[in-house]
This record gives sequence, C-alpha cells and structure tokens, in this order.
Amino acid sequence: MLSNIFTVGFFVSLLASTIRLATPILLPALGQIYTQRAGILNLSVEGTMTIGAVAGFAATFYSGSLWLGMLAGMVFGLFYGLLMAILSVTLRANQVIAGVALNILAAGLAVFFYRVIFGIQSLPPQVEPFKMLRIPILSNIPVIGVIFFQHNIIVYLAFVMVVVTWFILEKTTFGLKIRAVGENPKAADSKGIGVSKYRYSAIVIGGIYAGAAGAFMSIGYLNIFTESIIGGRGFIAVAVVIFARFLPIRAMWGALLFGLATALQLRLQALGIDVANQLMLMLPYAITIIALVLASKKADFPSAYTIPYSRKDR
Amino acid sequence: MEEFKNNEYAVEMYKIVKEFNDVKAIDNVDFLVKNGSIHGLLGENGAGKTTLMNVLYGLYHPEQGEVIIKGIKSDINSPTKAISLGIGMIHQHFMLARPFSVVENVMLGRKSRKGILLDTKETAEDLVALAEKYKMKIDPYAKIWQLSVGEQQRVEILTALYQGAEILILDEPTAVLTPQEVDGLFDTLREMKNDGKAIILITHKLEEIVCIVDEVTVLRDGVMIGNVEVDCNTTKSELTKMMVGRDVLFNFEKSLNKTGEKKLEIKNIKVLNDKNFLALDGFSLDIYAGEIIGLAGVDGNGQKELCEALTGIRKVESGEVKLDTINIENKPPLFSIQKGIAHIPEDRHITGLALDWSLKKNLILKTFKDNSKFGLIDEKKIQERWENARIAYDIKANSGDDSARDLSGGNQQKVILARELENKPAIVIANQPTRGLDIGATEYVRQKILDAKGDGAGVLLVSADLEEILQLSDRIAVIYGGELMGILPSGSDVKKIGELMMGKKLEVKQNA
Repeated sequence: MLSNIFTVGFFVSLLASTIRLATPILLPALGQIYTQRAGILNLSVEGTMTIGAVAGFAATFYSGSLWLGMLAGMVFGLFYGLLMAILSVTLRANQVIAGVALNILAAGLAVFFYRVIFGIQSLPPQVEPFKMLRIPILSNIPVIGVIFFQHNIIVYLAFVMVVVTWFILEKTTFGLKIRAVGENPKAADSKGIGVSKYRYSAIVIGGIYAGAAGAFMSIGYLNIFTESIIGGRGFIAVAVVIFARFLPIRAMWGALLFGLATALQLRLQALGIDVANQLMLMLPYAITIIALVLASKKADFPSAYTIPYSRKDR
Repeated sequence: MEEFKNNEYAVEMYKIVKEFNDVKAIDNVDFLVKNGSIHGLLGENGAGKTTLMNVLYGLYHPEQGEVIIKGIKSDINSPTKAISLGIGMIHQHFMLARPFSVVENVMLGRKSRKGILLDTKETAEDLVALAEKYKMKIDPYAKIWQLSVGEQQRVEILTALYQGAEILILDEPTAVLTPQEVDGLFDTLREMKNDGKAIILITHKLEEIVCIVDEVTVLRDGVMIGNVEVDCNTTKSELTKMMVGRDVLFNFEKSLNKTGEKKLEIKNIKVLNDKNFLALDGFSLDIYAGEIIGLAGVDGNGQKELCEALTGIRKVESGEVKLDTINIENKPPLFSIQKGIAHIPEDRHITGLALDWSLKKNLILKTFKDNSKFGLIDEKKIQERWENARIAYDIKANSGDDSARDLSGGNQQKVILARELENKPAIVIANQPTRGLDIGATEYVRQKILDAKGDGAGVLLVSADLEEILQLSDRIAVIYGGELMGILPSGSDVKKIGELMMGKKLEVKQNA
C-alpha cells in the first residue's frame, strides 16, 4: 500500500508545495533578521501579517491590481512596524509586552476594517490571486521544473531576498550598523551611529516584509481573507529566526522545514490516514518547536537583545 | 613641534558646568591641553573626570562653558562632531562589538570608500600599516572575543587613530593591563606624542603615570583643584592630597603571619565558562586559615569562574574542592553558605545585591530561614539586624527600608560586607572588592578584609589591581588561561608578577 502512496508524483507535488508553503514563513523571517539583529524582539509579526493580509486583499479587491495589493500590504506593514518602533525604541517599553499588545490590537483592527469594508456576506468576497509563472525552459525540466520553477512571482522573489538579505547584512555599511546597534549600542553610539535611527529602520524593514507576507497569504496563496488566515505563521517566523541563529540562509532551511511539515500533513490527511486531523494539524508546529529547542541552544543572541538603549545608562 | 607655535593648545575648555538632576557634576572647570603632550587628568571616582571628557567627546552637553579645539571655538554636540574635529576616546569599558572582527569594528566609525558597500580589504591593509607605525601588532580579521584585554585596547586606539584622531582621550587605560602591557602602551603613546598628537590620560592611579605625563590636572568633587607639571621625581603623596583633600595613609598593619591549618583545598578542577569553553583547566590552590592569598591576573582568565565554582554557583566538571575534609564541589550554594564560605562577588549590582530591594532584606538574603517565624519574615528581628549592621559597618543610609540602588558604591559594598562577614566565615572569597570605589571606601573595605583574616578566616582576594594584591596578601598566586602560573611570596617584584600574568609559568622549586 505504501508503494502506492510514495510515488514520484507524490514527492514532486510534496516538494513543490513545501516551497510554496515556506514562503509566508520565509518572508517575515527575513525581515525579522534585520529587526532581531538590531536587538529588537518584535513579537507583533503575527499581527502585522494580519494587517498586511487585510490591506492587500482590500486593495486588490477594489483596484483589481495584485501589485497594488502587495504594495498596500507593505505600506500597512511599514506603519504597523513604526508603531512597534515608537513603543520599543522611543518609549523604551518592554518588547514582549509591546509585541503582545500589538498582536491583540491587530487582530481587532483587521477584522474591524474587513467588516467595515465588506460588511457581512454569505459568501466571502474573492480575488483572482497571483498566477503561476512558469520560468521558460527551466520549468520544462522533468521533476525539477515542477518543484522549483512553477510558482507565482512572490515565491521566487522571497527566495531571491534570502541572498539579498545576506548581502545587505554582511557586505554593506547599513548592515554592519544594524548589527552594531544590536550588539553594542553604546559602542555604536560612541562611533557616531544613531542607535534609534538604525533600530527604527530595522523594525520598519521587518514590518514591510511581514506586511508583504500577509498580503501573499490573502492574494497569493489563498484568494480570500479570514480572521485566522495567518494561523501562527508570524510566531513561527520569529522562532525560525532564532533557530537560524539570525542567518538568512539558515532561516530559509527553517522555513522549508515548516513548509515540508505542513505539506506532508495536508497530503497525509487527503490520503485518509487514520489519525485525528487535529493531531495532523499540529504536526508542523510541533516539528518546528522541537527543531527550535534543539537548535536554539547554540544560538548566540545579539548582546543587546531586547534591551532598550539610553545614553544615560552608562 | 615648532609648527604649532602660533597655536599652542589642542584643547581649551573654559568654565565648563555640567549638571545631572540639578547636581553639579562639574563646576566651572578650566582644562587646557598642549599639542604634542601627554596630559594626566587625576581624581577619585566621582570627581568628574569622565564626565568632563564625555563633554569634550560630545556625549554630554554642558550647561555652560566653551570648548576650543585647535584654536577654533566648537560646539561639540555629538561623538560624530568630536570625531570630525579629530578627537578620539578610548573608554574604560571598551566600545567594541565582541562577535565582530577587528576590521569590522574599525569600519563602524568611518565612511566607506566604496559607498554603501564595506571596504573591508582596504581597511584591513591600512590598519596593519598604521599598527606598525605605532609599534603595535594586530590581526585585522581576528574576532574581538578572541583577543586579550591589552589587544582589545590596541584595537580601540587604532580605531581612533584611523578616524584621524589628533587628540586622544584614554579613560583608565592601565587598569586592565599587566605591567608589561602598560610599558607597551606607553611606548605607543610616546610615539604618538612625538607625532604632535595631544593625549589625555584619565586615571586615579598616579604612580603609574608620573613618568609619562608632562602635566597633570587634578579634579575633586567636580571642581578643579590644580594644574601641575610633573616628572618622574614628583612625589605621590603631594598629588594624592590634592585628589582626596586629606592625607591618606595606605599603610595597613599586616598582622603577623600566624597562618593556621589548611582550610580549603582546590584540587585540579576543570570548569567551563558561559560559552562552554574551559575557563579553569586543572587549577589547584590551597588556602590556609588566617591568611590572605591574593590571586593576580588579567581579567577574564578564569577568576570569575573560580569564585563561582567555589561558592556552588558553577558546575565543576572534574577535580575536587575540599573544605576541611568535606567535599563542597557541585553542592547547592546553600551548602557552602552554611559551611561558612562568604562571597563578595565581582559585580555588586548584579550578583551582590538585589538593587530594588530594601537594605534590610539585602542583609538577610542568605539567611531568610533564620530570620523568619512560621515561614513569615520576622520584621522585628531584621530591623534589629539592620541597626546593628548600620552601626558596625558605618553604612550611610536614611533607613533600612531604602532600596540598595539609592546608596553610593562604597555604602553598597558595606552592606555586602555586613552580610558576608558577620557570622565569622571560615573562608572569604572576595572578587574585586574595591573596584570602582573611592579611596575612603577602598581603605575601609581593605581594613575589613584584614580584620576577617585576623579573625582566622582564609581569604582568597581576587583583584586585577596589583597594588591591592601587594598591600594585602600574604602569598600571591597568579592565574593565566585558567591555570595557576605559580605562587610568589608577599613583597615580590611587580615585573615578576607581570611575567606570570602573561602566561610564563614559575619554575617549581621545592613546595611553594
């Protein structure tokens, strides 16, 4: 019986769907690498993604343009990130509490605006999501073509951003300064680097990535908006960053692991395997948690992680 | 230095006033530094030295006064501005990001030649050349955490020079160095002076600097006391009097060496540090009743881990620690507390005190059980204890309900002493007991440690301050890289101790 399940076709579709499912983890995780490297633990990623999802969906619904939807997701993500920046950098609030509060606020705001804009309808409004973009020639390669080169444009872009993020953090002055304000803000300050400025930038970048990921969920992966559309992916992304020890390439592997677990779970359910579906739904989260516990022991946190900076505390 | 004739001073600060919460940290201070000179800025902790220099470096904005750099009146409102005026500052606590490489740290303070991209390779090359010019050695790609304290200081100096510093401020640069490293640093500073740079040395250890500085300014309580030219012949007592405002007798009566039995035996222990590297690698040492054994060494060579292992807060991987005949390694902290091991920890703010708790409660941190009835704190009893401790240890506080945070460093340390020493401990482990204290409090703490020894305790005194070790110790042990380098008799030559501090093992003669 097993041989009937585990065919080449099964694996090809499993891996293709792994990549697609990894995208909404990878995008916010890349953004959070900037944020966390700058010493800020932003737990409001989940909420930021929900805001991005509703903004992206509404913009696409009324304009008919998917790119305008992505842009709306990013802009709203940016502003929501700005809120976190004000709380954690300017007001020096406890980052965990600020993050949790912003999540609760976001959940409320997203549903509120969705209802205000669309009212209550028997059938949820839908949009036409991003279409699959077959990469010429490459997508025709058997097996590999289906796994890697038959996705929508956002999926490709997310994976390109892995290299971009690595390059920016390791090879540019901007990246060096982001890392410095997370590692030793006092030292950065004494070298003439504006700690607040770079922490703001890092949080806002994280917000833009999270907003984009939220929009991807509602107009790229699905074609509707629901209250629970993000489903904990924001939290997983925060965790993946720690699991990845703040490195983009490792974050990609973390996101793929979650993607694989989700894809597997969906397929096993579809095959009618005799396990309670609630347990199956838990699988990706459980695997991610286990992986995190095993890997994060070695994580070298930025020295100023979660610590607000003030020049007076010398 | 003829070329600077028309502009003799590199730095001119006039009538500087800096207030914190309406308290004047610096009051009307004038401070002048010549080009091509090394200038000492002397004063006790809290005298305002660092505050004055932070004003010069743009970290603080003064309420009043003017600053003139190289003859041009300047409003220095940020470190960036200071850097652009050619001022560099080497802080006491190094301003380095530890996981970064040397060259990354240097690039932080500079515009890249490649725009938004880092110019790592070019900077590394420049750095090596610059280091050579000033008689230093450095590997630009080494990570900071891999470097010794002396090397880290070199990175700081190179960073400042690379930023084009003509005026270099060094805050307590010798505090963390071995005597040999101090010589190396001074060679570098002389080289820089000959280059026409102005160098400001902030310090409270004047004996080390009288030979290198040309001139000294003394601050006390935020006020300038005097400005004197000094050379190798200037006597210490004169300057000390200026600093403290009274004569200081640093002559402790070392009670006769009535050393008793072996109290604590540390045998071949291995202990890991927080990064899971070996901090102590087969360390052995015996401590006898009624002696002070000074443990000299550069910070970070395993001293902290040793103290923690002895007090039960760090795991001992292998080896033994015996108090009399009982093994105490890997026992809970309460066990060693009950066996009479007192611990004066390195950082009184983190491990020594619960800063936001009342003084009363801080006094009974280790003895809650003895001070409670039916599981509730016996308020009467602890009030009584506080009164006794306040008088016995001369703690200056309004009431026992004040939080520990509100006290000065010296008074905080007295609270710790009161807690640790009151039950006549068998062993006292004192890690940097006078760090950051002013001269008066330092005298007091040292006297108390001598008293504890007089009462028969075996004292392990860990200190990076060689002067302190020499003053108090009956024997001097030296630690390097987690190993015991040897034990020297009291009154040994500083240079000899310095050699061991840099990792040269003492040839073993008979039994030390």
